[in-house]
Amino acid sequence: MSSYTAHFKVWRGDADGGGLADYQVEVNDGEVVLDIIHRLQATQAADLAVRWNCKAGKCGSCSAEVNGRPRLMCMTRMSVFSREETVTVTPMRTFPVIRDLVTDVSFNYTKAREVPAFVPPQGVAAGEYRMAQQDVERSQEFRKCIECFLCQNTCHVVRDHDENKPAFSGPRFLMRVAELDMHPLDAAAEAGLDRAASAQDEHGLGYCNITKCCTEVCPEGIHITDNALIPLKERAVDRKYDPLVWLGSKIRRRGQ
Amino acid sequence: MPPLVTAVGLALFVTYATWRAFANSHYYAAPYVSPFYSPCLASNCQDMKGGADWPLFGSWWGLSPALLVLVFPLGFRLTCYYYRKAYYRGIWSSPPACAVAEPHAKYTGETRFPLILQNSHRYFFYLALVVAGILTYDAVLGFRDEHGNWGHMGLGTLVLLANIALIWAYTVSCHSCRHVIGGKLRHFSRHPVRYRLWGWVGTLTARHMLLAWSSLISVGVADFYVYLVSSGAFDDPRFF
Amino acid sequence: MTNVERHAYDVVVVGAGGAGLRAAIEARERGMRTAVICKSLFGKAHTVMAEGGIAASMGNANGHDNWQVHFRDTMRGGKFLNHWRMAELHAKEAPDRVWELETWGALFDRTKDGRISQRNFGGHEYPRLAHVGDRTGLELIRTLQQKIVSLQQEDHAETGDYEGRLKVFQECTVTRVLKDGDRVAGVFGYVRESGRLFVIDAPAVVLATGGIGKSFKVTSNSWEYTGDGHALALLAGAPLINMEFIQFHPTGMVWPPSVKGILVTESVRGDGGVLRNSEGKRFMFGYVPDVFKEKYAQSEEEADGWYADPETHRRPPELLPRDEVARAINSEVKAGRGSPHGGVFLDVSTRLSPEEIKRRLPSMHHQFKELADVDITAEPMEVGPTCHYMMGGVDVEPDTAAARGVPGLFAAGEVAGGMHGSNRLGGNSLSDLLVFGRRAGLFAAEYAAGLPAPERPAAGEEQIDEAAAEALRPFGAEAGDGGPDAGDGGSGAAVENPYTLHQELQQVMNDLVGIIRRGPEMERALQHLAELRVRSRRALVEGHRQFNPGWHLALDLRNMLLVSECVALAALERTESRGGHTRDDHPGMDRTWRKVNLVCELAGKDEAGHGTAAATAPTAAGDAAAGPGTARAEDAAGPDGAAGMSGASGPVSTGTAASVSLRRRPMDPIRPDLLDLFERDELLKYLTDEELDA
Ligand SMILES: Cc1cc2nc3c(=O)[nH]c(=O)nc-3n(C[C@H](O)[C@H](O)[C@H](O)COP(=O)(O)OP(=O)(O)OC[C@H]3O[C@@H](n4cnc5c(N)ncnc54)[C@H](O)[C@@H]3O)c2cc1C
Ligand code: SF4
Ligand code: SF4
Ligand code: FES
Ligand code: FES
Repeated sequence: MSSYTAHFKVWRGDADGGGLADYQVEVNDGEVVLDIIHRLQATQAADLAVRWNCKAGKCGSCSAEVNGRPRLMCMTRMSVFSREETVTVTPMRTFPVIRDLVTDVSFNYTKAREVPAFVPPQGVAAGEYRMAQQDVERSQEFRKCIECFLCQNTCHVVRDHDENKPAFSGPRFLMRVAELDMHPLDAAAEAGLDRAASAQDEHGLGYCNITKCCTEVCPEGIHITDNALIPLKERAVDRKYDPLVWLGSKIRRRGQ
Repeated sequence: MPPLVTAVGLALFVTYATWRAFANSHYYAAPYVSPFYSPCLASNCQDMKGGADWPLFGSWWGLSPALLVLVFPLGFRLTCYYYRKAYYRGIWSSPPACAVAEPHAKYTGETRFPLILQNSHRYFFYLALVVAGILTYDAVLGFRDEHGNWGHMGLGTLVLLANIALIWAYTVSCHSCRHVIGGKLRHFSRHPVRYRLWGWVGTLTARHMLLAWSSLISVGVADFYVYLVSSGAFDDPRFF
Repeated sequence: MTNVERHAYDVVVVGAGGAGLRAAIEARERGMRTAVICKSLFGKAHTVMAEGGIAASMGNANGHDNWQVHFRDTMRGGKFLNHWRMAELHAKEAPDRVWELETWGALFDRTKDGRISQRNFGGHEYPRLAHVGDRTGLELIRTLQQKIVSLQQEDHAETGDYEGRLKVFQECTVTRVLKDGDRVAGVFGYVRESGRLFVIDAPAVVLATGGIGKSFKVTSNSWEYTGDGHALALLAGAPLINMEFIQFHPTGMVWPPSVKGILVTESVRGDGGVLRNSEGKRFMFGYVPDVFKEKYAQSEEEADGWYADPETHRRPPELLPRDEVARAINSEVKAGRGSPHGGVFLDVSTRLSPEEIKRRLPSMHHQFKELADVDITAEPMEVGPTCHYMMGGVDVEPDTAAARGVPGLFAAGEVAGGMHGSNRLGGNSLSDLLVFGRRAGLFAAEYAAGLPAPERPAAGEEQIDEAAAEALRPFGAEAGDGGPDAGDGGSGAAVENPYTLHQELQQVMNDLVGIIRRGPEMERALQHLAELRVRSRRALVEGHRQFNPGWHLALDLRNMLLVSECVALAALERTESRGGHTRDDHPGMDRTWRKVNLVCELAGKDEAGHGTAAATAPTAAGDAAAGPGTARAEDAAGPDGAAGMSGASGPVSTGTAASVSLRRRPMDPIRPDLLDLFERDELLKYLTDEELDA
């Protein structure tokens, strides 16, 4: 393979508006979309704004929409497009644009703050934590999250409905609730905090209609819906609706 | 699956099932009973020779007995996490596809009535276990011949067996099942057996969509097979 | 007077990587109002890319491990050039720092009995690296990030304000440390998003800005690594040490070109990966240096036995310290035994089952599959050396992490020097971040607490104006100096594109001050750097101040050039090979050089007095009297010193015109009880006879 010239359309603009700009740009063997954006910066558009860090799919900075699909630019190889195809790069839609491909993702940081942190168990000193591998694995899957916010961007609950933003934390942070609820040593319950119930009452779990787009776009391949959201819904059902659990807890309480 | 395919598939099944459920005929061809009509809870049922034929509702029920039992599988599937996804996307366009704008001005998800009732899926799961048990019984009865003597097997037996196997796989792969079996536990290490079961169920759950469709088709096929045999359009080939 | 946003805090931490966040947590827990500033979004700092693990002698995998063994390994890895006190503190405190993470919610991989699992790594005698698959850095940074959030939640519960006591200023770049006389008075910077300028007044500033890799072409480092903290410290009058020591990680990706340099974690080798050349030979057996002969296997059988039974086998030579492996790969490729794309083969597929590989090295599997179309469970990877880590950095007091000579300035993490000597062991960085990050936060808090409001230093207006002018200079007109002024001494002063300058700089450093160095090449490098420095003054950018990467790069160039010059000067001066510094013309390790630290300072610091570094520009060539090392500095500064002179027409000529000087400083003798941890025979390889007899 050799190099060729590709047709790119990149969204340029800021909070006041903007549009797609056309570029003809060189593409070489093995390159990814982010390489091309960098080439544009170096040769044709020095002030083209874009976020990136690791260039290896580890930091979750370079999220954008390539031909309408939410993706990490550093992990989107040019070889998935034909040479004739126009490649269109636009900023994430759910968050307000700051400039060009850079969006204001503060929504996510606000939501992160609203999830109560890990509660360390009383009376277990640092260094005394004992946890079995199988007990940490579920939460470990969620901790693979690189906070690219592609799931937050794709979830239709907020993508198409700004008005839902205050009530809905989004898949990333519902998953954070699940992660803590499944943490083998989290002592939230002892501290009087019911994480599963709060997922429904405070983080808008009910808004999720489990349509799985978050899972589809997650670059880390985390099974957000199957392993975090649905189990969280089930845990909420435990607390609120399950007759057997209800009966069981009644009987147990009587037994004590 | 593209939303259109999902929508068409669901519509086909619903049309077929509605016809068959209201038909109130050709649902029994000894020893086979259509899964739509089992258990039979009204006294206007055909006699099923030791089948799940319990007239709990007595004789005031004049409509098709299928309607009495179909609410359970229907409720189970309606509230199933997979089918929810399928019809929210395929029929309600919420969203039509990922990162595609949805056509609704307002969206409240499953936070209010009626959709908050989706949380009842757990009840339906428990009931589905009962239904699956009864259908298993029906399939076992397929090893009798038309006179009630054991030691028979026909194509119908196979059809019922395949169907019940898929029904079980679907039921067991239910997310509620995965939760009840082990998902709710905090420490897998203290419950090695449930942990192992949870792992198995999880493997099935990952294929829940596939099982949902194949069991849907198999139920339809089983019913249709009974219909064919009972209406005389087809003769059940007998193996022994 | 420049229009700037102004805030006041007790402690400002520059950098939100492992070191910065740990420092901020400590400072806040000590009751200080703390600000954290970082160039990227919160949680994206370079630490997130660390893969292999955190070294800490918890002894979970092998009960023989303890801090003394870890200390020994660290000193050996650094070829005894480490500051022994830092290595000691690090080895002693690392386990506590790791365990503490668990109380903040970290979930490391576990052993059978439920403790933290530890893995093997190059240069570590026992399995010592606490890890989470191959995404340990992510776990570390996320845990610290979440701890910060939890502190903010506490503050919110108490005061109704999340950010009252601990605030993260994300996507902001610091361009100057402000001073009042001798002492630190705060920081100056800009908001990347809006281009607004800001000042944070604070008596204590912790630098935790990471490394310098972006000065090199092939690097595992991201755009953030422009040596900002190193340069900020220099400009604030603090010295840098050990700048000649740069770690080239032996295994970076070599193909495709666009990912060249991206890291392939050492865990691949720790978990059984072997290196082969194009002839299929495991060449590392031929490269075990004498100092390590007793510790490493001599044959493939012995090496293979080690994975299962480390007690009775010696370790495979693939797990030698990084500098050794990187040099070996370099030699193989030079000898024509390289892989098709100019690396060597790293193969783990013959050792582990595909499932094992996917479980233990998930992100490597993913990375190769996605970026290079290589399935590492079935085929070997192609790898080659890549610029990875800066051992050198701010010269700090070992116990307090305080920068020498500048009260109120602290440094921790990769930006601090001394801890790793001439070569860092894998996994020792993450633990370093935690140990010294905490110490920096602690002592910065103490220092700030000792200065009640009226006694606090305050930065003068003119200093802020100068910093602002400097920051806006790349816009030319805005800076008020008419852009490419004739005063730059350049003939036909054409406008320069910062991207082009950056590429040239990377090429110079890569080719002339790279993994294998030669005297004449480095002299050439210094000349190039001097030219680049002159040209960089003409770097002009288009567009406006809102999130303008061209502008950002233009400002970063100052830092990269300053730091590169330190590297080249020090590398030229040290006429021996040791750790991350390999001289083709001086291949041997020289025990007398071990006693010497090369200290890099802003030239003309003394003349400039104690004000801001602003006034230093015209004196680039004027600092000839600082010791043996400076002869070089003078040479190098020659051509552009003149440029600096003539360019010094206004306040905006600061910084870019400054140059650096070098001096030698003897190392502190190692404390006897620490020396006693080694056999005399081994010490003889590193220490001079007089030192041993003393
Ligand atoms: C690919 C890779 C893998 C690695 N793997 C390991 C490993 O397995 N084990 C190990 O121990 N080490 C590893 N390392 C090394 C280790 O990750 C780094 O040395 C370490 O993370 C540096 O941390 P830090 O806190 O010093 O700085 P960083 O985490 O780099 O943070 C620097 C911070 O400073 C900020 N900053 C910089 N300049 C400015 C400025 N001018 N103004 C404001 N903010 C600024 C940045 O935005 C950033 O927030 C690895 C490194 C790489 C590149
Ligand atoms: S599954 Fe739920 S959270 Fe995920 S995208 Fe769909 S609605 Fe959003
Ligand atoms: S869950 Fe996946 S998609 Fe969502 S932020 Fe994390 S890594 Fe990105
Ligand atoms: S740049 Fe880090 S994920 Fe793309
Ligand atoms: S049956 Fe589909 S999830 Fe329960």
